Amino acid sequence: MNALNTTPVPIEKFTAVEHRFGNTLPLLHEISHALHRLQVEGTVTTLDLNAVPFGPGDERQLVDFLGRGEVSAKLEAMGDSHIRESRYSGVWIVEHWNTSGERVAFQIEITKLPALLEAQQEDIAESLLMLQAALENARNGASV
Amino acid sequence: MNESMDFLLWTRGTAFDVSVAIFIVGMLIRLFEIVSLGRGRDLAAPRGTEFLPGIRTILSRTLPYGGTFKRQPLTVIAGYLFHIGLLVSLLLFIPHIELFRETFGFGWPGLPNPIVDAAAVLGITGLLAALWNRLTNPVMKMLSDSEDYLVWILTFLPLLTGYLAYHRMINPYPLAMGLHILSIELLLVLFPFTKLMHTFTLFLARWYNGAMSGRRGVES
Amino acid sequence: MVDTKTKTLGEILRHSGVSRRGFLKFCTATASMMALPPGMVPAIAAALDKARRPSVIWLSFQECTGCTESLTRSHSPSLENLIFDHISLDYHHTLQVASGDAAEAAREEAMHANAGSYLVVVDGSIPLGNPGYSTTAGFSNLQILEETAAGAAAVIAVGTCAAFGGLPKADPNPTGAVSVRDIVTDKPVINVSGCPPIPVVITGVLAHYLTFGTLPELDQYGRPKAFYGTSIHDRCYRRPFYDKGLFASTFDDEGARSGWCLYKLGCKGPMTYNACATAKWNEGTSWPVESGHGCLGCSQPDFWDAGGFYNALSIPVGELSRTVSYATAAGLGLGAVAAGINHRSKVEANRRHGEVTVDDLEKTS
Repeated sequence: MNALNTTPVPIEKFTAVEHRFGNTLPLLHEISHALHRLQVEGTVTTLDLNAVPFGPGDERQLVDFLGRGEVSAKLEAMGDSHIRESRYSGVWIVEHWNTSGERVAFQIEITKLPALLEAQQEDIAESLLMLQAALENARNGASV
Repeated sequence: MNESMDFLLWTRGTAFDVSVAIFIVGMLIRLFEIVSLGRGRDLAAPRGTEFLPGIRTILSRTLPYGGTFKRQPLTVIAGYLFHIGLLVSLLLFIPHIELFRETFGFGWPGLPNPIVDAAAVLGITGLLAALWNRLTNPVMKMLSDSEDYLVWILTFLPLLTGYLAYHRMINPYPLAMGLHILSIELLLVLFPFTKLMHTFTLFLARWYNGAMSGRRGVES
Repeated sequence: MVDTKTKTLGEILRHSGVSRRGFLKFCTATASMMALPPGMVPAIAAALDKARRPSVIWLSFQECTGCTESLTRSHSPSLENLIFDHISLDYHHTLQVASGDAAEAAREEAMHANAGSYLVVVDGSIPLGNPGYSTTAGFSNLQILEETAAGAAAVIAVGTCAAFGGLPKADPNPTGAVSVRDIVTDKPVINVSGCPPIPVVITGVLAHYLTFGTLPELDQYGRPKAFYGTSIHDRCYRRPFYDKGLFASTFDDEGARSGWCLYKLGCKGPMTYNACATAKWNEGTSWPVESGHGCLGCSQPDFWDAGGFYNALSIPVGELSRTVSYATAAGLGLGAVAAGINHRSKVEANRRHGEVTVDDLEKTS
């Protein structure tokens, strides 16, 4: 294997040409309409970007265009998730990774607060039980 | 279950070979026959040349006579619309050029698809107008026989199915493309045996007209 | 250890310490994988919460194992693992080949225990020419398929070979290969075509069954519409170049470098229905067209026989130049015969041609 590593192999540098393939503009219009619906009717919209046929560079252009806003959150549940507001308030970029560090979902949410950031009813119930149990232990003399 | 792909493969395979063979054999027999028959010997002394008037007539008859236009404007307009639309769609659409390149070993530049698309719409409109004219104009109606309607259908189907296939209006696409190819195969098979032959014989006819008139020293 | 045979997926996940957020995230990824709209996530969550593990029997016939490779190397292992932890892959021809009789016993046990409810996954085509062409444990592919499919809830034909016959069925089809649908006619058969199929499409179909307990909506080729509903051409990011008439003519010209349409280089995208343009390959890195090579049309029936991979779709399958040359030769020959006949009549006419005088005319009248 070492011999392989020392054998000089010329590697042609090639990066896919980034063009404006025209996939970002319609998407931005869709986001704009969704934001209008959020403002007027309070309707929440989620766009699954895995279903959009991006060309090389399309995704970067979209993310650059949306920029960064005031809020940014990291979720650690079955792999990381990054949820951040874009520079357009109410437009959120949501990315989910799995435990092997591969992105399994990429979405734009147009909402006041992405639902995943809220504490979930089931988790609240479970944590209440845990808290009560911990307090019970404390009353029985265990150190808190 | 796989009908549409089987159908497409058949139209792109066996059916295409058979229809192209019939077309070429039929065409060559008919053209050979016409050319080899030639004209009867003109025993009168010539009063002019044949060559230039022959060529001139081939070109000049591409333009309509003013008189025809005044009497039958629709015939002229529909005729031009359809022929230009058909030729642009046939010869300048890039997938078609690739077919010619494969067949003859050379190709030529094509036009952007939206322009070809517009040409196809013109062609379809022209053909529909021509049919309407044929059905409503008493003289045209009287002159038309079943072959005229057959030839109209044979020409209309490739344009229509091509338009539908390009815009993917028939699903699945292999069916749309198969229908388009089949319509052309139908056209190819019947081409040598109908008045579609005018595509090639018009040059011979114009040449003879021009050359004969030139020999007699009259305008053609 | 939680009993995965009786517990629901929701219970299993909660037992292994997965929070509700984690579960919802999993559902979001699953929805994305199944190509369902994000609005379906709550429904998926509700369904997955209650989902119970189905038993799966995987049969391999005339195949190259590329489909299994595709699946086991799929790019989001934790997601697939969850699906596979949760389905019970009771039998896999290839993976269990070393187990011999024990594997066959496992298959029979799974068939008895889950009669009427298990799923059969098949990769590879079935040879009808001679049963000896492909056998497992002494049984012909046909026997095994008929026996195993009899008690199945549904059959999933993975890969173009199982779905349409694929490479073994390519002309002249020496083994008499047929597809699963040609054999199994009384059960729902889902075709997950591709050579190989996109891994998330395989798991997406399994996830759909796991989630909703039903089979997805199928297209005219028996493929799930969610993945095969749109052609490669319609979802291609290079489509604008097709529309503008900008094509690469060779693999190294300016057009190829600028990422123009690959139609002239033989891309079969217009006739091919698959999810490559969005699902992509190799951890979402790219897909054939993005890497500069046209689509081969591998998810379509008989794609091996659909003409040269590097011929434009508009070019016929046969050898057109040869047909044209032969036909031209024949036409010229027959034309010469016609010309000969014409020539003879002309000579005859000339022979009869004589000068006519006024006296002659008076004589005859």
